[in-house]
Amino acid sequence: MTWETVIGIETHVELTTASKMFCGCPVDFGAPPNTNVCPVCLGLPGALPVVNGRAVEYAMTIGLALNCSIAPHSVFARKNYFYPDMPKNYQISQYDEPLCVAGHLDVDTDGEVARIGITRVHMEEDTGKSTHVGDGGRIQAASHSLLDFNRAGVPLMEIVSEPDLRSPEQARAFVAELRGVILRLGVSDAKLEEGSMRFDANVSLRPSGSTEFGTKVEVKNMNSLRSLQRALEHEVERQQALLDAGEPVVQETRHWNEDAGTTSGMRSKEEAFDYRYFPEPDLVPVEVDDAWRERVAGALPELPAQARARYASAGLDPVAADLVSRDPAAGTIFEEATAAGADAQTVANWLTGEVTALLRRQDLSLEQSGVTGAGLAELAEMVDDGRLSASAAKEVLAGVVAGEGNPESIAAERDLIQVSDVSALEPVVEEVLAANPDAVAKLHEGDGKVIGFLIGQVMRATGGKADPAAVTAILRGKSA
Amino acid sequence: MPVEIDIAKVARLARLSLTDEQLERYRVQCEVVLEHAARVQALPTEGVAPTSHPLPRTNVFREDEVAECLDREEVLAAAPDRDGDYFLVPRILDE
Repeated sequence: MTWETVIGIETHVELTTASKMFCGCPVDFGAPPNTNVCPVCLGLPGALPVVNGRAVEYAMTIGLALNCSIAPHSVFARKNYFYPDMPKNYQISQYDEPLCVAGHLDVDTDGEVARIGITRVHMEEDTGKSTHVGDGGRIQAASHSLLDFNRAGVPLMEIVSEPDLRSPEQARAFVAELRGVILRLGVSDAKLEEGSMRFDANVSLRPSGSTEFGTKVEVKNMNSLRSLQRALEHEVERQQALLDAGEPVVQETRHWNEDAGTTSGMRSKEEAFDYRYFPEPDLVPVEVDDAWRERVAGALPELPAQARARYASAGLDPVAADLVSRDPAAGTIFEEATAAGADAQTVANWLTGEVTALLRRQDLSLEQSGVTGAGLAELAEMVDDGRLSASAAKEVLAGVVAGEGNPESIAAERDLIQVSDVSALEPVVEEVLAANPDAVAKLHEGDGKVIGFLIGQVMRATGGKADPAAVTAILRGKSA
Repeated sequence: MPVEIDIAKVARLARLSLTDEQLERYRVQCEVVLEHAARVQALPTEGVAPTSHPLPRTNVFREDEVAECLDREEVLAAAPDRDGDYFLVPRILDE
C-alpha cells in the first residue's frame, strides 16, 4: 500500500509591539526575570485587561498578507486551564470568532507551486516561561519548576494552516515562506531559536487516493526549519511502519528530540483537555469596518512572492531570489548595493554564499554584522576596477562581516589592493623581460605558453599584487 | 427539564477536592442553574445575534505605550515560594 502524507501546521508568532497585549508592561526579550510584570499580566484580583490597538493592526496585517477575510466582528475568550505558566489560570485567546479566517499562502517547492489554505489567524497572549529543575531539565522528571512571567501577556498570533501540506519538505517550505511574510511585514522578529516564532505540526497518513483523514499525531518542539523537516520525516516513517504492520496510529502529542532524532509520546490524554472556553467578560468585541480594513490593506509592504517575481524577472537565480525576498535585512542590503550600481547577481552570490557562511560560523545575524549595501557596492566596484582579485574580495568581505570597516580601508590594511596601473607595472615587466632573455626570444617566436611563465615572474616581483589581466595586456603589447 | 451533571468531573476540572456530601450538595445546586439555562435555551432565538458582552461598546483599545511595572520584590513577596528571582512551583506533570 502506498501512503499519502497529510500535514497541517500551527504557527505562533510573538509581535514586536512595545507593550504587552493587555497591559503596558514592556515586550523586552532578555530582561531580568519577573521585572516586566504588573497586576494585569500577573492576574491579580481586580486588574482589568485593555487591548493593545497596535497588536490588532498587526494581526490584521498578517491576516491580509495571508489573503484572509477580516471578520467584521470578533471577540476574545477565556481558555481555562491549570498550568502555572499562566498566573490567571486562563489564557485570553480568540476562539469561535477569530479576527482573520479563510486565507492562503502559495508555496513553491522546487518550482512546483501549491496553494496552502490558512484556516485562521487569531490573537492571544503568550504564557510565562518555565524552567524545569532537576534531572536535566526534562519536564517529566523535574522536581520543581521556576517561573518567569516577563513573557506572560506578550501579544501572540496563532496562524493555523489547513491540512494541505503533502510532504515534510513542503511543510518546511511553507514555514520558510510564512516566516518571510512575517519578517517583511515587520510585525515580529520571528526568531526560531529564541522562540518568537514557534510551530507544531499535525501529521497523518492515508492510503493514496483516499479523501478521508487518518489518525493524526501532533509533533512539538522543533526549533529550526531543519528540525521541522527532520521531525516530520521521522514521524512519517514511524507511522508508515505502524500502518504497514497493520497496527493503529495512536492519537497523541509527540515530542521531537533533536539529539536522538526521534519523537516520543508526551502524555496520554486519558482525560481530554476541556478548556471550557467562554467569552472574556472583561473585553468588548473588536469590530473592523471597511475603511479600517482598506487602510491596513493599503499599507501592506511588498511581500516575498512579489519581490521574488521582481528579482527573477531581473535575472536573479532562485536561491538568491529566495534569500533577498524573504529576509528583509538581506533585501535592503541587496537593494542598496544594486541601486549604487553593483551587479545584482554578484551581490546576491556574496549574500547567499560567503556572507551567509561567515555569519553562521561567527553566529551573527546580518544586522549585527558590518555588512551594508554601500559596502558591498564599494567592494563590487573594486573588483570591477581590477583593484581586488576575486579571492582578495572574499578576504575583504570577511573583514566587512567582522565589522572592521569599509572595503577600501580593509583592503589597504591587509595590503590586498592589486596593482593594475600600467605606468606602475611597466617598469616591473621591463625588469622581468631583461632578466629572462630566453623567454623573451620564445615570446617573439610566438610561443604562447611562455607568457604564463612571465606573468608568474611579474607576480613574484610584485609580491602577488599585480593584476594578472593588466600584466597580460602589457606582455601581449611587447610581443606584438 | 431535568439536566444531569457529572459533578465529580466539574470538581476535577476546577481542581477542587470535595467530600461526598459537598459533591451531592453542589450537584443539586448546579443542576438547578443548568435547568434554568436549558429553559432559556429553549426560547425561539432565530435571527437574534449571540451576545458575547452585555455592554453596547466595541473597540476599546489602548495605545501601544509602555507603563510602569511592579517592583520585583513586591511581586515575589506574594509568592508561596521563590528561588532567587523566580517563582518556585511544584513539578508540573505527574509521570
